[in-house]
Amino acid sequence: MSDNILNVSRRGFLQGIVSTGALVLSVRLIPDLLWAAETSAGSHADHAVLHPSVYVGIDTDGTVYLVAHRSEMGTTSRTSVPLILADELDADWKRVKLEQAIGDPRYGDQDTDGSHSVRDGFVVMREAGATARLMLTRAAAQKWGVPVSECESDLHVIVHRASKRKAGYGELASAAAKLPVPKKEELQFKPKSAWRYMGKGAPSYDLAEICAGKAGYGMDARLEGMVYASVEHPPVLGGKVKSYDEKAPLQVKGVKQTIPIKPFTPPHRFQPLGGVAVIADNTWAAFQGRKKLNVAWDNGANAGYNSDQYKKELQETARKPGKVARNIGDVDAVFAQGGKIMEAEYYIPHLAHATMEPPVALADFRDGKVTIWAPTQSPQAVQSTVAEELGIPKENVICHVPLLGGGFGRKSKPDYAAEAAILSKAVGKPVKVVWSREDDIKFGYYHAVAAMYIKAALDEKGKPTAWLQRSVYPPIGSTFALNTTYGDAGELGLGWTDLPFDIPNHRAENGPAENHVRIGWFRSVANIYHAFAAQSFANELAHASGRDSVEYLLELIGPARIVDVKASAPEYDNYGASTKDYPLDTARMRRVVELAAEKSGWGKRTPGKGSGMGIAVHRSFLTYVATVVEVEVDDKGEVKIPSVHTAVDAGIVVNPEATRAQFEGAAVFGTSIVRSGSITAKNGVIEQSNFNDYPVARINEGPYKTTVHIVDSDAPPAGVGEPGVPPFAPAVCNAIFAATGKRIRELPLSSTANA
Amino acid sequence: MQIKVNGVERSYDGDPKLPLLWYLRDVLGLTGTKYGCGMALCGACTVHQDGKAILSCVTDVSQASGKEITTIEAISKNGLHPVQQKWIEFNVPQCGYCQPGQIMKAISLLKENPKPSDEDIEAGMAGNICRCGTYQRIRAAIKAAAGENA
Repeated sequence: MSDNILNVSRRGFLQGIVSTGALVLSVRLIPDLLWAAETSAGSHADHAVLHPSVYVGIDTDGTVYLVAHRSEMGTTSRTSVPLILADELDADWKRVKLEQAIGDPRYGDQDTDGSHSVRDGFVVMREAGATARLMLTRAAAQKWGVPVSECESDLHVIVHRASKRKAGYGELASAAAKLPVPKKEELQFKPKSAWRYMGKGAPSYDLAEICAGKAGYGMDARLEGMVYASVEHPPVLGGKVKSYDEKAPLQVKGVKQTIPIKPFTPPHRFQPLGGVAVIADNTWAAFQGRKKLNVAWDNGANAGYNSDQYKKELQETARKPGKVARNIGDVDAVFAQGGKIMEAEYYIPHLAHATMEPPVALADFRDGKVTIWAPTQSPQAVQSTVAEELGIPKENVICHVPLLGGGFGRKSKPDYAAEAAILSKAVGKPVKVVWSREDDIKFGYYHAVAAMYIKAALDEKGKPTAWLQRSVYPPIGSTFALNTTYGDAGELGLGWTDLPFDIPNHRAENGPAENHVRIGWFRSVANIYHAFAAQSFANELAHASGRDSVEYLLELIGPARIVDVKASAPEYDNYGASTKDYPLDTARMRRVVELAAEKSGWGKRTPGKGSGMGIAVHRSFLTYVATVVEVEVDDKGEVKIPSVHTAVDAGIVVNPEATRAQFEGAAVFGTSIVRSGSITAKNGVIEQSNFNDYPVARINEGPYKTTVHIVDSDAPPAGVGEPGVPPFAPAVCNAIFAATGKRIRELPLSSTANA
Repeated sequence: MQIKVNGVERSYDGDPKLPLLWYLRDVLGLTGTKYGCGMALCGACTVHQDGKAILSCVTDVSQASGKEITTIEAISKNGLHPVQQKWIEFNVPQCGYCQPGQIMKAISLLKENPKPSDEDIEAGMAGNICRCGTYQRIRAAIKAAAGENA
């Protein structure tokens, strides 16, 4: 059997590596030429004796190869998703070897974004695991001549209880491989009571290597004979090179050559920005060489982008009627009646991802094919983008995915990988493109700057009878299509058209805004500004009505019910999930509010001078999150965050410890948004450049302690990587109001508006 | 010039202004030490010079000449250093990219101050950014390594 031959040769290859003590590294990450050649023949899972699905292979020695087809950027997806398969297979996790998938459509959706890896994996991985388990069970039954129904799995073995016979997975693999792959309808899934790993979790597969400094990130990829590149990008989006000094950079020791990269064809999508690359024999020399390029630029149409002016325009637009995205009743009729009217405006500037590992990629182009090692959230987007840039078929782009030193949405866009591929082709050697921190901050796919306006009419008890809200921001769609100025249904569905409040008259609108920088997904995306506005305004209404914030919030949410969002917002897409499996359920929303309030001691503690507590609740990525933040504000206005309590209902939680970590991290990420996050442009040029002028939260600035309370739930799994972010900023600002009476309507706190 | 890295004496005749960070990463292939900012702002590049934490991104290789440099790869001769073990026990890393720098800084901090208070930890670790936000676990791991209840 050809599989066996392949297996033998593969073992020979693996054993050579094992003896050097580097099996896992070489299989997974560290690019060496042997491994690159090996992948074209398929994964180890493919070559295992039993491989009923692309995600799993079982060898005769009992080793289970599981393919991690999503990227690891810190959310533990690379571990948690295969863990689902291991559970359904009833495999011993200690006998599992993970291998990271290359980009390949046969793995289905490989995008690690939208907090949906576990949600998707819960379906796909369980099917794959149950398939392999059934085949092993049938093989055992056949071997013993007993009915399949009398056999069952028990941690890496199949047992026949009546005769006390046992056979290991490795022992059964060859016989199982001869059986037909069962149909989906034949599969039986383990009941929750039999789960070994789901709900208990496992630490990151890479934990020890990360702590040892041996884990392989994109930044660490190396190939023999490679050179390093750094690219001088047009300072203004759409700018073009007029001229540059080809010779001067060569004076820098180690610099080898300069190579122009053509400007993109609008819309920019994931194309490289263009500019001039400096090739050198180390990263630093490439950085230094750039300083001598002396490029003259044609800055183009976006040179008129000034954030001060743009902010005024957004705010003006938000004060005018926009496109209606959702309508219930008639807000205008209620406003016309007069009575108590409240209105407020909110604003959040552009934000940059600032992943600790800046964009970086290694590419090796030869013979019409290119092999790439890129820390990417979307290896298939690397394939399509690079294929288009080089004019080669997608199949000829092999994309390995090392660990990502942070992603947050930035690494969903593979412009940097395309740069490496273009340069490797031009140089005729492997090229590693390294973005400096300055490149990262100045040339991002920024979180959209946004202005929001909200108006409400209140009854005598302070409850809204009408609520109108407008948001205005340059949409992510502008990255993909010219003249896109309105948010699409997906973007508006991120916390705007799904406002869950029990208000008889409601309208959500969206106004137009042109983009002048690249706009992209940023951890929790439009939920950030939508939740900031809606949850801040809800709190303003509570105070205006002299009501307790928690009690008022619960009243706004209203009685437990399923909200039929589509009835009033027909284009609402519910994060791509069915509303049958993932309805908007206010009972779950109420529960997280009550839980966060209870655990934080809401209403039971008397805050000292300058102290206060604030609450916000938000559903995003199908997960319900309520956050209570406690702040202390000193006489100088310095804010400290002693405690955060976050209640989370994410349905079934596969990996609780990793989930808690995500919400702890979201509180720190949110702290950066509140305190200091601001990207601004002057004459089209981004004004920030590094952590000095784009500060992110440090250990002394983040919350001292974030406690995460996970609601036990049997609902299908929802997201955990992003949903902690949206409620954090409004909860902090509501706490600041409680502490000081000062209402923050514009972020960050460091901006002049709050001085 | 001569430079001792992880116990090995090496000679180097390239650009003396090359930052130690890039000497370690690009010349020696010791990639455990990370690039984060190049301006002494984030701590990802922290290594030990004669046992004390320094920022390798702003240390010229010539400045390290004659000194003993230790990177994360060699911080422990046998298995993992107790601080690394605490990092595992407290499940500190998320993406993990900054963690070699955090660990090197924490080891140095504990050497100077075996029983650091919360304030000492904050002051000592404030130069090391973690964008994933693992700070409370870092604090807990350091306290545990100091033999205190986190």
